Formats: sequence, C-alpha cells, structure tokens
Amino acid sequence: MGWRLAGSLAISGRPFIGQKTMTVRTAELLMGLVMAVLSAYFMWKSAELPIFWVKGVGPGGGAWPFWLSAAMLASTIWILFKWVRRVGPVATNEDPLFEPGMFTPVAMVALALTGCIALVEGIGIGGFKGIGFYGALPLFIFFYLKVIGSHTWVSTITTAIVVPVLTFVFFEVLLQISLPKGMTEPLFLPIFAFIYSL
Amino acid sequence: MMEIISLLGHGFVVALQPLNLVLIIVGCAFGLFIGAMPGLGSVNGVAILLPLTFLVPPDGAIIFLCAIYYGAMYGGAISSIMLGIPGASTAVATTFDGRPLAKQGLADKALTAAAVASFVGGSISVVLFTFFAPPLAHIALTFGSQETFALMLLAFATFVGLGGDDIAKTIFSICIGLVLAAVGLDIITGRPRLIFGDISGFMHGINFLVLAIGIYGIGEMLWTVEENAKAGGKSMLSEAVITVDRIKNNVIELMGTWKTMLMGSLLGYFVGILPAAGATPGSLMAYGFAKQMSKHPETFGKGNIEGVVAPETANNAASTGSMLPMMTLGIPGSPTTAILLGGMVIWGLEPGPRLFTSNPDFVWGLIASLYVANLFALILNILFIPAFIWVLKMPFTILAPIILTLCLVGGYAPTQDMHDVWLMLIFGLVGYLMRKLDYPVAPAVLAIVLGPLTEPALRQSLLISGGDPMTFFYRPYSGPIMVIALILLLLPALPPLYRMVTGSGKKKASDSA
Repeated sequence: MGWRLAGSLAISGRPFIGQKTMTVRTAELLMGLVMAVLSAYFMWKSAELPIFWVKGVGPGGGAWPFWLSAAMLASTIWILFKWVRRVGPVATNEDPLFEPGMFTPVAMVALALTGCIALVEGIGIGGFKGIGFYGALPLFIFFYLKVIGSHTWVSTITTAIVVPVLTFVFFEVLLQISLPKGMTEPLFLPIFAFIYSL
Repeated sequence: MMEIISLLGHGFVVALQPLNLVLIIVGCAFGLFIGAMPGLGSVNGVAILLPLTFLVPPDGAIIFLCAIYYGAMYGGAISSIMLGIPGASTAVATTFDGRPLAKQGLADKALTAAAVASFVGGSISVVLFTFFAPPLAHIALTFGSQETFALMLLAFATFVGLGGDDIAKTIFSICIGLVLAAVGLDIITGRPRLIFGDISGFMHGINFLVLAIGIYGIGEMLWTVEENAKAGGKSMLSEAVITVDRIKNNVIELMGTWKTMLMGSLLGYFVGILPAAGATPGSLMAYGFAKQMSKHPETFGKGNIEGVVAPETANNAASTGSMLPMMTLGIPGSPTTAILLGGMVIWGLEPGPRLFTSNPDFVWGLIASLYVANLFALILNILFIPAFIWVLKMPFTILAPIILTLCLVGGYAPTQDMHDVWLMLIFGLVGYLMRKLDYPVAPAVLAIVLGPLTEPALRQSLLISGGDPMTFFYRPYSGPIMVIALILLLLPALPPLYRMVTGSGKKKASDSA
C-alpha cells in the first residue's frame, strides 16, 4: 500500500534518500474515510430534530439534511468500494499526491493565510484582541511579496501599503462596511473624525 | 402595438434627458465595478446607493438604480473569468468555462462573449418586457411550491453531468452542498439545526459566497500556486493579449452561438419572472441546457464559449424578468428588486397594474432606460477589457496576495462575521484537496445556492398534499417540468443500459480484440 509517510521534512518539498510521500491512491482512501465519518456526523446532528413525518407539520426539521447525509454516506461507501476494487483513475494512481518541491509553496501560502486570519481578531489566546484587517493585511502582503515572491523592497512596501489603503477607502468610506480593527481601533478614530467632518 | 411603440418613444425622451443619461452611465460604471468585486453584487450596490437617489427625481432615481443593477450583472462575469472567483451567485456558472478560457490565454474572448451575451440577453428580455409584461406576470403568479420544486429539480437535472465522470463523487458533491445549505435555523419550526460544536456563527447559516469564494477563490489560488511552482515561478494567471482585430473576430465568432443566446435569453427571462427564483437558477439552468443541447458536451467545463454565453444571456435576461412582477404586481422577483420596490414606495409610487396608467412617464422612462443602460454597459465593458487584461498580466506573486486579500474581505462582507472567514479558509483547503482527487466541486456550489429554495418548496408541497409525492405530477405546470427533469436525470444512464441490453459493448470489445 502506498502509505509512505512524509514526516516533518516533507514540508521542504525536496526528495531525500528514504523520503516517503503520500500517493494519490492513499489520499483517496483517507479522503473517503474522512468524508464517511463527516457524513455520519451530519446524520447524527440532523437527527437532533425529527427525521420522519410529523403529523400536522409534514417532514420533520431534520429529515432533509438527514436523508441527504445518508446519500452522502452511501456515495462515500461507493467510492471506498471502488478504491478496494481498484476501479477508476484516482483509485489506481500510485503517483505522489505532491510532486517534489510542490508541497512547500502551497503549505506556505495556506499557513500565511491562516496566520493572517488569526491575527485579524486573535484566537482567544492570552486575551490577544488581534490587530484587525488593516494590521494583518500589510503583514500578509509583505510576507507573500518578500518571502515567497522575492520582490524588491520598493514594490513590496508599496503594495503592502496601497492595497490596505484602497481596501479601507472602498469598504469603510464608500460602502460603509466596517472591517474588524482589533487593537488598532483607536488609531482609526481621528481618521473617521476627519472623514465625517468633510 | 402602435400605442406601445408610441409610449416607448415617449419613454426614450425621458431616458435620454441629460441628467438621466449621466445617471445611466455612472450607474453602469459603478455597477460594473461592484459586480466585479468578490462578495459584492447588485444588491449591495443598489442598497448602498439608495439613500443617494433622494437627491434626484424619482424617474432619475429608479433609472440610476436599474443601471447599477444592469452594470453589476455585466460585472459579475469579470472576476469569474479573470480570477475564477464568482463576483456574485449569478455569475457562478460563468466560472465553469470562462476561467478555463482565460487560462488558455483567451480571456479577451471570454470577456467579449460575456459582454455581448449580456447585451443580447438584456436586449431580448427588454423587448419581451415591453410587449408581454402583464400576461407573463399572471402566468408566473400561478406558480406554487410544487412548480418551484419541479424547477429546482430541473436545474439539478441539467447539471447532473457537470462534474467528472465519477457519479459517486458528483452525488456526494451535490448532497454536501445541500446539507451545508440546511445549516442554521429550520425554516418551518425555527429550531436550530446542524449547529456544529454549538458555535453560534452557524446560527445564521452558511452563505453561499463563503463556499464559493473558499473553493473558487482560495482553492483556485492554492492550485495556481502549485502550477506556478511547476512552471518555475514564471506563470501568469492568463497569457491573454488584446487587439481591436481580436475583439472583432471574437464578436464574429459569437454569431455562431445565436441558438444558445436565444435559449439563454428566453429561459433566463421566464425564470427571472418567477418570485423567489431569479437570475441564479436561471443562469445555472441555461448552462445545463446549453450542455445538453451541444454536439460536444464533453468540451463544457474545459473552455467552451457557449458555457459563457448561456449563463450570461440568462442572468441578464433574468434581471429584466425579475423587474416584471415588481412593476406589474408589486412582487419582487429577487433581493435587488425588493430594494428597488422599497425605493419606489419611498418615492411615493405605488407598484402594481395601475402604475402603467397612473405614472406612464415613470414606467416607460424606466423601460426605455433599460435599453439605453444595456447599450452603455456593453460599451463600458468592451472599453474596460484591455484594463482587465492588463491586470491579468501582473506577476503572479503580486496578483496572488491581492486576490487573496479580496477573498478575505469578500468572505467577511456579506455577514460581517469572522466565523465565515474561517469557514471560507476551511472550504478552500478542502476544496483544493477535493479537486486534486477529482471530486467535482461545482455541483456543491450550485447546490448551496439552490438548497434554500429547494427544501422549503419540497416541504410546503408535501405538507399541502398530506405527504403525497404525486402532488408534483398533478398540476398543469409542475407535472411536465417534473417529467422533463426525470428524463434528464435518467438520460446519462440510458447509453450504458442500452449497451447492456444489446450487448454492443461486448461486441465492440471482441471486435477490437
């Protein structure tokens, strides 16, 4: 079976002697199992409301999602059955899920994005209130352009400033949609006072 | 007929007044921009600018708002094609073939097709609006929950073949979309349902944009990051070029899609009239029908121009269609027309059949302004194509963080809850993995859009009939629609069944051996 575990070094994306990477076939099995568990969980959650006919009310509140989740479960069983029988291009594909060197960039972007969202409002650790969109976005753009893209300082800093400023003008001023500001909120009070005085 | 033409002529006099003309152009440009922003659509534009309209007379106000509505319908296609992120639910279907075309370096072709198709859909529907308003509105009013469910089933049936060849994965994708659409409060009893981990953010349900931006925005960007890494960091979002000759050739090539345009316009217009349906199901159904009608259905989803033309004609036709019950009956056909209706009431106009006689200047001025708005939206859209192409030519590592920023803000804007931004990230990661493993993701997005319409229609119908499923077949409109939907659903199973019965598959195999 193609269960060749990567270990922490797989994140580097560079193949090395003895490195083990997950195959597409193994990923298909894992995805099928996770989705089957998810379907069962959806069924269980749906069953908190009636799932059959309720006299005078019609189909119970949980019926629609319950039976759809049951169909989800049935289709995952079908997918897993095909995996066991080795039917279809994915279930027979023994290639690595990520080609050498491809995992690192994807993981870096995903982690940067996760970090950016966590910084916006904080994640409740140590009472950290977050630095809001206008604090997190410049950091995210800076990281992407400088670390991932290796752009010049000028284009990095220009983009990291211009994009949040345009976002502010468009959303806060024109559309009046307030984005979370976290602990940077007091910094915006004089800006809003100035805008509303115009 | 002559009377209508004379009234329409009078309407053009109103629409072409300098102030109204300026309002049309500004409205179209603003709508185009707001429609192109992920997470924002015509409803946002109309709602935000409604207070501004009190500065101008009612005629000018409604003309301005309708121009925004039209402009946004055009604009929705722009981000679908260029970035693969649907600007609004009405532009979801445009992504399926618009994005692959852009990836093949044919973004100009897709953008021209979207603009021209929008113009054709808008124009045909305005002509229908002019001549057949009241009778169509009355037919639409006879539609009940059975007809709505039958129409939704028809919409699902038309896109059953939308995913890959793996039927199990397609069914899984549709079902998970429908289940996610059911999260929140039970629509009939009002009890909380599927509140995972008792997290309060699930109480307001899952906005379709959260799933759409997650899958098509973040998931697509992760996919492109991987592609970019394979190309040694040299790839762009699209290698498109643009010249006047290319645009001319694109327009000439579009002449060959007139059947699809006509189908999309008529279908979109009628679905748009139906209360609670609107442009989204209309565009999805048009896409499905275009695929069913095509001689090469296998090219859909890979960059078939008809896959752009069909939804774009339909969503513009539907936006005109949804104004019909608003004007003639006082019933809005979509969230945007609900706001327009509110505006009309504030301006002292009473929507309904009498509006045509009590305020002919207003009604015919509005209808004429739809013709004018349509033309200006087309011109603006074509003029902006070089600018859109220029954006696509920016280095990927500069464009990617800007697009991801748009995704984050676009995911936050509809509900203004960070919970949705987290959900969007999760959907993006899962969507990316699903795509790597050949799970079709489009049916999930379509299902979460149509789910909130399908479930209430099914439950109401069953409740009214005492649980009799045949209720869908007894009624004059829902019966035929159900039969067509079931035929379309079973159609993909027929060729394998035929082969099984006749044994031709075995014969072929033995022949080739």
